[in-house]
Amino acid sequence: MSIFWLRVALSLYGVGLLYALIALTRTSDLLNRIALHAAYLGMVFHLVSLTEGVFLSDHVSLAMAHNSESLLAFLIMTVFMITYLLYSTTSPGIIVFPLVFLLTFMAATRQQPFLLMSPGMRTSWLVAHIGLIFTGYAALVLSFCASLLYLIQQRSLKSKRASSILTRLPALEEIDQIGYRSLLLGFPFMTLGLIAGSVVAESTYGRIDLQDPKILLSLLMWAVYLVMVYTRWIAGWRGRKAAVLASVAFAAAIVAWAANYFSTIHRFAAS
Amino acid sequence: MRFQLIGVNHNTAPVEVRERLAIPESRLPEACKKLAEHPGIEEGMILSTCNRVEILANTKNGVGADLRGFLQNYFHLDGVEINQHLYEYNEQEAVRHLFRVAASLDSMVVGEPQILGQVKEAYATARAVGAVRAQLDQLVTRAFAVAKRVRTETAVGSSSVSIASVAVDLAKKIFGNLHGKHVYLVGAGKMSELAARHLMAHGCASIFVANRTYDRAVSLAYKFKGQAIHFEDLHNTCDRADIVITSTGAPHAIFRPEHGELFLTRRKNRPMFFIDIAVPRDVDPAMNKLDGIFVYDIDDLQQAVASHVADRRKEAERAEAIVTTEVERFQARIQTLDVVPTIVSLQDHLETIRQAEIDRVRGRLGPMTPDQEMAVEALTRGIVNKIMHTPISTLKSAARDPEATTVIDLVRRLFNLQEKRAAKSGSSGDAD
Repeated sequence: MSIFWLRVALSLYGVGLLYALIALTRTSDLLNRIALHAAYLGMVFHLVSLTEGVFLSDHVSLAMAHNSESLLAFLIMTVFMITYLLYSTTSPGIIVFPLVFLLTFMAATRQQPFLLMSPGMRTSWLVAHIGLIFTGYAALVLSFCASLLYLIQQRSLKSKRASSILTRLPALEEIDQIGYRSLLLGFPFMTLGLIAGSVVAESTYGRIDLQDPKILLSLLMWAVYLVMVYTRWIAGWRGRKAAVLASVAFAAAIVAWAANYFSTIHRFAAS
Repeated sequence: MRFQLIGVNHNTAPVEVRERLAIPESRLPEACKKLAEHPGIEEGMILSTCNRVEILANTKNGVGADLRGFLQNYFHLDGVEINQHLYEYNEQEAVRHLFRVAASLDSMVVGEPQILGQVKEAYATARAVGAVRAQLDQLVTRAFAVAKRVRTETAVGSSSVSIASVAVDLAKKIFGNLHGKHVYLVGAGKMSELAARHLMAHGCASIFVANRTYDRAVSLAYKFKGQAIHFEDLHNTCDRADIVITSTGAPHAIFRPEHGELFLTRRKNRPMFFIDIAVPRDVDPAMNKLDGIFVYDIDDLQQAVASHVADRRKEAERAEAIVTTEVERFQARIQTLDVVPTIVSLQDHLETIRQAEIDRVRGRLGPMTPDQEMAVEALTRGIVNKIMHTPISTLKSAARDPEATTVIDLVRRLFNLQEKRAAKSGSSGDAD
């Protein structure tokens, strides 16, 4: 049943995806509202699906590992909704909706790698690892959206031609705030998540394999994340430079995620 | 003829004529009362603003009233020729004109929002003295609804059409909320002061003023409750401001990219907005290339204004279409309402005849049994209803035709309802 609810959620997110595609060419209040309500409803079904997944499996950790795409998509939606409540803007949806749709689609069609657990694993650490790092991911996605939106808005202001698509974007400083806050929020989660991950790995293998692509990429992503927070904090970097950093961090995050498919670390049973 | 409108506006009359006809707010109630008492006028309303003076009336018994005569009397215009400035509209055209005025389509700056408020005030004044009661009330409240529809369904009033308000819009696009932002006024000039005033009105926290002559800066700072700064310190203090308005007579740019970079470093890259009103320009256009600095010169602002004006014109066409459909809808409704008193008085008329006949027969036959009473009652009622059926349905369908008045008049004449009509419509009007 869990997968059924997920598919219901998927089709509702599809409405959001449609909105994101249409929003590129024109804006409409009605469409905005429809997309938001579809997203709310989608989140409800999504939550049902996730909860059911927990009840069906023996361990929370197992459920989280098996529904990782779904969980990440849900967290991204949550962060997006919080932003909407705080700033009443749906502009990040242009990126968030396609991403969430893709993740949910992967989960709903079971296209994800099947993660196996070794019996001796510290499951509570694993739960912490997944939960923390996914929240970090979700915040990172949002701050990436914000830095892109910042670039778009800055370009439109500099070109001095108010195009109708962009008049709906929030003010430059507001976009900046969204990006900065999600950056600050995401960083500790990411850091703690990586620590928890290394505890799990250490307890499972007795050592951390720095040659593993997954670990390497995660460290790279974390380093870029750190640079972003630092330059923003000290020099107030925003705009183009910040967007470049955010893109690198985002790309590293995606590759680190994709590394699930070829890393040995995350196929715990292989050991 | 029912609704009649006469007036002058900024297009038809110069200010000398408009001020001659303007009625100050304090005297408006009394003027409305006088208008309503003018011969031939049932209800009346006067709209007097700096751009227009208009008199709207609902005339008695469909006979036209002499609104020009009212103007002559009220303003004692003997010998003053105003006829060439006056426009006069009747019926549908009067309705259309009122709708257009309320929707700000007849304004000097199309889409400006004040006019609706002014019409509302005029309406409230006329209503308070009883000059607006029935049909006119319906017409004017309908005009408010039309204005609202135009405002929500078109963008006719949504864009800024002055340099100062465009500057505020842009500042909001950059900073979001202007609360707590600082403005720097460099040089002086009417337009830059206006822009500064607009920005302050939208919540900016404080203002710095720099001028080549320090005294001038001091007096300007005093005016804005700001802080005067020596011109030599300009580049050292400028990073404190989020919005810089410059309009000096300097022959060369006073803000160059190296200044911009300095400001950005000091401001930790928080954005800055330069509004350059000076010609020749005070801000090097290359500044706009810096990440986080936005430079708008007078041409950019004027272009924004021009494009907004063009947008408004386009939207105004859509608004006119809305007005046209609303006028038709209102006309249809008013005509349907029009046949109702006639139908009612027709029914009354026949009912009186029926009752009189029954009484007459009763006197001749003596007391009847309840069964007989009922039979007589049913018989007479059936006859009356059968006879009335066709005229009433004809009236109802005629309500939607333009020649409704002819049919109504015919029915009235056939059944001799003439006298009752005025009384009826009067009393039903009061009931409204």
